[in-house]
Amino acid sequence: MRLARSHVLVSIDIESVASGAWEVLKRLKEEISRRGLWEEIKVLETGTLGVTGLGVVLAVYPERIYYGKVKPEDCPRIVEEHFLKGRPVQDLIIKEEVVRAVRRDLIGPMREQKRVVLENSGIIDPEKIEEYLARDGYTALEKALSLTPDEVIAEVKKSGLRGRGGAGFPTGIKWEGARKASAMEKFIICNADEGEPGTFKDRLILEGDPHKLIEGLIIAGYAVGARKGYIYIRGEYALSLHRMHKAIEDARKYGLLGEDILGSGFSFNLEIKEGAGAYVCGEETALMESLEGKRGNPRIKPPYPTVVGLFGSPTVINNVETLANIPAIIRKGADWFRTMGTESCPGTKVYTILGDVNFPGLIEVEMGTTLYEIIFGYGGGIKGGKKFKAALVGGAAGVFLPESLLNVRMDFDNLKQYKAVLGSGAILVMSQEAYIPKMLHSVLYFFRHESCGQCSPCRSGTRELYRISGHLLERKGKAEDLNTMVKLSEALWYSSLCPLGQSLIMPVKSALENFREEFLPLVQ
Amino acid sequence: MEKVRILKRFEPRKENLLSLLHALQRSNPQNYLEEEDLKLAANYLSLPLSFVSSVATFYSMFSLKPRGKYIVRICESPPCHLVGAESIIDAVSNFLGIKVGETTPDGLFTLELSSCLGVCGVAPAMMVNEEVYGNLTPEKVRSVLNDLRRGK
Repeated sequence: MRLARSHVLVSIDIESVASGAWEVLKRLKEEISRRGLWEEIKVLETGTLGVTGLGVVLAVYPERIYYGKVKPEDCPRIVEEHFLKGRPVQDLIIKEEVVRAVRRDLIGPMREQKRVVLENSGIIDPEKIEEYLARDGYTALEKALSLTPDEVIAEVKKSGLRGRGGAGFPTGIKWEGARKASAMEKFIICNADEGEPGTFKDRLILEGDPHKLIEGLIIAGYAVGARKGYIYIRGEYALSLHRMHKAIEDARKYGLLGEDILGSGFSFNLEIKEGAGAYVCGEETALMESLEGKRGNPRIKPPYPTVVGLFGSPTVINNVETLANIPAIIRKGADWFRTMGTESCPGTKVYTILGDVNFPGLIEVEMGTTLYEIIFGYGGGIKGGKKFKAALVGGAAGVFLPESLLNVRMDFDNLKQYKAVLGSGAILVMSQEAYIPKMLHSVLYFFRHESCGQCSPCRSGTRELYRISGHLLERKGKAEDLNTMVKLSEALWYSSLCPLGQSLIMPVKSALENFREEFLPLVQ
Repeated sequence: MEKVRILKRFEPRKENLLSLLHALQRSNPQNYLEEEDLKLAANYLSLPLSFVSSVATFYSMFSLKPRGKYIVRICESPPCHLVGAESIIDAVSNFLGIKVGETTPDGLFTLELSSCLGVCGVAPAMMVNEEVYGNLTPEKVRSVLNDLRRGK
């Protein structure tokens, strides 16, 4: 067999499949065989390449050329021109643009990122455990099992890793809490009920590197003293469910899950639970209720899950991105992890950039990167050369940030000063043409729809806010309506049972404060 | 019986209720849970029927009404909203002649709205059964639905 000259990676994720990735893959293989290049050019399926909004994306290595919006009928041209004649097809290449505003650095998806969580996404075939193993996969598990559980927790604590689901709670402290609780049985849960509007970072980890998550979960189980873990994936994520099922099966075959893992005496099993369409189940206690086969109604805290969690037992519940950080921390050490990010928030953060930007997509950069850098550097600035108006940061339960806050450094603590949150890492960018009262209305619609109805402040409050905002848009508003909205959202903050109702104050207040001039004409 | 075989795939524990309802719903050509399904599940897991019914009505992916062969779920979250989800909903609704939550008389399509599908890079987006469609325009949704209607 000859050594392959080039590798073509075809991104197979739900976005690219929706744009016809399977047809492109089939045609590409046909063309390559037809020209007798099958030994020289290898075609591999991989997870997302981190480029979105550009249809079917191919990456060619070692040339490192990315093709976007590839259609089946483009395949003969790519094979003929690029692989046969060595001339990359210029009009399909995703352009790296040079813009003066960002110091002539590269902008867009090719700009250099710091990839820890996404290091393998778009590089390995997520359905082959061997490819994960070849990239140091499961060596962190081996190392963790050679340490005591307390040593593992000490390392995670030292790394300063904080929960990436939105709240930013220190992971090591959470683990320690559950470890110290005395109980017959303990559980680990991975929260993969990603439903925050504008967020798809967890989906790309589930689809692109499922074994990293499994490795993180086993290590967490070992550290805490749990023998059983659950991954709760939302029902809409069909491909994620498929890939995780496959990955668990493969890990079991390799003896990485089950009894006496790697001869350590430690046993751990994983089970996938499928959600059924309820945003509130992303809240940890509601998720546990749902896992127990009930309605997803949040519980009153305290007691916290680390004390009384799933089936009444101490439980650690972590976000997908949090757990995906664990293998690298164990393998390379806490000191290495601390070289990235800020003092109080070490490491990287995955963001989804959406809306009116030139390059919507997913990036992983160090904590503390400014909003300006994210939107104009990685997002490539505002579409159509328009002006920036606002960014809704952190999902629907996020904050409308105006232009004056573009230079804020993004981490959990720094954003607090501006009454903002990092949340899920979704950044929805709006150009001068966006109309904030209408965006707020859409956010309120979302909350009204997703309120679980258990506690009255949230059940009635979300309805009332949506009603008032609708009145404003119909120009039937009264002068006191704006104050009523703020007061109502404050009441929800004080009295709602869970973060769903509590967090409404953020979009409402920030929209009304930062973009008041757009609301005032509606109440005159 | 077919349904009993589905039940037996799961251990009779309460925590399996959601998985069980998913499986029963998937086995139904009309994509919904019948009264009988709820009773079977309640019986199998030794739960009151009222409890099973409260769970089935809580989650938006379960339906107690017959639905079409194709369930069209249009994403109505703010990122899709920003780029015109409303006009997509109107286009689908007009094309199929039904409102959100309804099923076409031929039993082929049901129109629903969905929370964020997580494919915001290709917003506005929709899901038809397990297939995702992105970068939608009114013309594109009409052509997708037309193809499905003709059985392509």
